[in-house]
This record gives sequence, C-alpha cells and structure tokens, in this order.
Amino acid sequence: MVDWFALVYGFFLQPFVDYGFMRRALVACLAIGAACGPIGTILVLRRMSLAGDAIAHAVLPGAAVGFIFFGLSLPAMSIGSFVAAALMALLAAAVTRWTSQKEDASFASFYLITLALGVMLIATSGSKVDLLHFLFGSVLAIDSPSLLLIVGASSLTLVGLSMIWRPLIVECFDPIFLRSVGGRGAVVHQLFMLMVVLTLVSAFQALGTLMAVGLLMLPATAARFWCAGVVTRALLAAGLGALSGAGGLLISYHANVPSGPAIVLFAGGLYLVSLCLGLRDSLRMIWFPASQHKEA
Amino acid sequence: MMFKNSVMRPSPEVIEINNLTLAYQGHPAVHHVTGRFLPGSLTAIVGPNGAGKSTLLGALSGQLQAAEGSIHFGQASKGMLAYLPQQSSIDREFPVHVLDVVLLGAWHEIKSFSRVTERMRARATEALAAVGLVGFERRFIGELSVGQLQRVLFARLLMQDAAIILLDEPFNALDTRTADDLLQVVLTWHREARTVIAVLHDMNMVRAHFPQTLLLAREVIAWGESTQALAPENLLRARQTSEYWDERAPWCARPNGAKAVRG
Repeated sequence: MVDWFALVYGFFLQPFVDYGFMRRALVACLAIGAACGPIGTILVLRRMSLAGDAIAHAVLPGAAVGFIFFGLSLPAMSIGSFVAAALMALLAAAVTRWTSQKEDASFASFYLITLALGVMLIATSGSKVDLLHFLFGSVLAIDSPSLLLIVGASSLTLVGLSMIWRPLIVECFDPIFLRSVGGRGAVVHQLFMLMVVLTLVSAFQALGTLMAVGLLMLPATAARFWCAGVVTRALLAAGLGALSGAGGLLISYHANVPSGPAIVLFAGGLYLVSLCLGLRDSLRMIWFPASQHKEA
Repeated sequence: MMFKNSVMRPSPEVIEINNLTLAYQGHPAVHHVTGRFLPGSLTAIVGPNGAGKSTLLGALSGQLQAAEGSIHFGQASKGMLAYLPQQSSIDREFPVHVLDVVLLGAWHEIKSFSRVTERMRARATEALAAVGLVGFERRFIGELSVGQLQRVLFARLLMQDAAIILLDEPFNALDTRTADDLLQVVLTWHREARTVIAVLHDMNMVRAHFPQTLLLAREVIAWGESTQALAPENLLRARQTSEYWDERAPWCARPNGAKAVRG
C-alpha cells in the first residue's frame, strides 16, 4: 500500500518545511507574482509587452553602478537599478510625448543604450561570474533583508496601482476623453511606468534582469485566454504567477536544475496550455469551432 | 460677424473667439477667426476637408493651444463642456463594459476615488435607454458595431449633462436610422437651451435642422443664419481656398499676426 499522503507531502511540502531558503524563495515568488499579475495585464492591454523587456535591461547599469561602489550590497544595487530603470522609462516616455517618435522606437533606443552601458560597466569592473548573477538572479540565495525589500516593493506597487486604477484604465482606452474632462493622463502614465520599474527591480533580486520579465508577461498573456474583464484577468494573472513561482521552485529542487529558468519555464508551460485549451480565443476554439450558434 | 439671432438674452456663457489662429508647425490651420457662439445656439461648422473645422473644435475643447488670439467662455467652467472627437481615440479591444463607459460621463463627480452611486447607475441606464441601447449594460465595447458605439458615446454625453456640447462629425459612417436617432438627441439638447456646436458634412441636414452655420475655410467665409451662410457664392468661395501648406509662404503680416507664424 502506497502512502499517498507521505508522497504528496514529501513532494509538495517537505522542501519548504525543511529549508529556510526554500520558504524565503516561495514567499518572494508569491509577492512578485501578485504584483506582476495586474502590471503585466495592463502592459498587455496597452500593447506595451516589450516595454517591460526594455525596462528590465535598464536595470542592469544601475545595479552595476551600485555593485562597483558598494560591492554586493542589496540596498545599493536596488536603489541603483531603480534609479537607472526609472530614468530610462521616464526619458523614453517623455520623448514619445514631446516628439512624434512612437513609444516602441524610443524604448528600443534607450534600452539598447542602457544595456550596452551596463555590460560595459560590469565587464570593466571585475569578474565574469557576477554578470551571470545579474542576468539570471539567484532566488535561492534570498536572505531576510532581500525578502523584506521584495515584499515591500510589491506591496507598494499594488497600493500605488489601486490609487491610479480608474484614471489609468480610462487613459488606456480613451485618452482624449480623460484629457477633455481634465484628467492628468500623462502623469498617470508616468506613475504606472514607475510601478513597472518597481516590480522589475524587486523581481530582479530573485530572477535576474532577463528572467524577471518572464514572470511579468507570461502569466498576463496566459490569463488572456481564460477571461475577458481587466480585473478578472489581473487576478488570474497574479494567481498564475504565484503558481509558477511555487511550481518552478519544486521542479528546481527535485530535478536539481537552476531555479530562475525553472520558474519562467513553468510560467511558459501555463501559457502554452492556456493558448491551446483556454476558454476564449484559444487554438481549441479556432480549430474546433462550435457547430451551433444562437438565434440572436 | 454678428448673429442675427432672435434669442439675444444676456448670459455668461457666450463663447467669444477673438482673432484666433491655430497653427501646426507654423502653418495656420485656422486663421484669424473672430466671432461668437451664443448660449443655447445650435451651430453647424461646415467647410471643405482641411478647412480647420476639427482644429477649431479641438481648441474649443481645450485640447489645442492657440498660436494667437483667444477663446473666452465667460463663466462657464470646464465641467460644463463635453467633447466628442471625430476619429474616436477609443481602443475598442480594451475590455470595458458599456455601462462603465457611460458612467465615465459622471467623471466630475466620481474623479479617481469616489464611489459610483446607485443614482448614477440609474441615470446611466436611462441614458442608454434614451439612445436605444436597452440591455447593453454588460456588453464589452469591442462587441458593438460602429453605430452602437456612437450611441454609447452619446449616452456618455447625456450623462455628462454639459451646458456646452462639441461634436466632431458625429454622424459619420452611420446608417440613416442611427443618424436620425442621434440627431433627435442633439435637437433635444437644443430645446434644453444647451449650446451645441457640431462639425458636419451633410448640407441637407444642416439646412433642415441647424439654425446657425459657421462656414470655415481656414478663415471665416460666413457665420450666421444657415440659409444665408450656405448661399451658393459662399460655398464657391470656400471651395476655392487652397488646402496645401506653402513652405515658402511669407510671414503673416496682419495686425498681431507676427507672433502666429513664429516657430
């Protein structure tokens, strides 16, 4: 007789019960997933999916400057990456507002500059090992101060987002109307970009600049195949993000593979399943359309 | 350019336009326009493509800065003005419900944080009924036809309950039934003594329903009672106005014109 309880317990819970680093990694992933869900959903709806990627690259030079001056100090690297990414996002958004250059073009221009700058700074500062750490993060090495920082940043993002939610939604779907009733659309947009930066900086601690975007975008693009409304999509995306964190950590633990890519691959798997089987607009619906239709 | 309007009661809500020039990169789209819209008037702005009609309406709505001259609204505050732009900036794929769009008409009451009351909900439902969209409350805007979306936007205008209403080609691309229904809404606003200004192309509709007309071809060709403003010689003059920019055009030298062409 197989002891199912022991099997399930051993697979799903034992790693977190036994190891503090697994618990901290799990809490970090839950917090990051919760903030990434709504932020990613809005990015998808605004057709700014690649802006997240661009901002994530801008995290690199900031973290590098923090590293060069203060070593592997978490506050210094976090503040440095926040300042650099925020500066890059605000500059790109400002260029879009002031000139007729489109948002994707100005984001691409600025992120390429910051990425090259970041690689240059890290390369001239010392060892090559650190570069990998920057790019892929180390979710299993999160200590208590880092965890506080990640959870704090995620909470701040969610509170801030709820403060600008209504004007942000109007700015997304009818900006001229918002302007005609005196709403500050540009300010709301900039605040939203700051929250994207904050989310990415906290995700950067755990997953690195490259993998952070995965947890930001994949749950949001997956949620799109299940429900239509903005709020339901944001909630589902947050749930899928948290699930990816937990699932990825377990796979990483049991199969002894790197945790960052495992988490993002788990989110990618959820995306592919949603794409094939989702309730709205999925491949299943397109390839096997309902044979009946209503009268009106 | 005075109105020969019979309704001349004094009111703080006259819209005065004084020597207004609106320019894109130094080239005037609206050139030295002076005149006024009386409170409660129903005015059509007509003219050829590129005549500056939408630009003028954009400036009236506060979306555009004047290169020169000014617009005065008297005592009217920003909340008293509602604006329906031409090419709707609406992202139709964005998943918002019809009722929520109409409720945005109450923006000046709800702003960013205030709760939407049951009374507002009832008013919004009434507005939807008034434009013939009973039962559409929970539909997403992406599921609507062009005509239905325009009805929703009219319901939002009803919800805004504004004293001044600016409409940019509100009946474009609509079938006759939708256009007729929405025209009735406009005429009701006129009966309620709201000031309505609409950019239009359908001359027959203007002649039949709009007492006042501003015929614009960058400059004012005629502004007054529709029958006179739309006289054949005026229409001919409007058509002859050149549409294109001239990069080598000299600086405008009219009184107070020097500032307009800078930059």
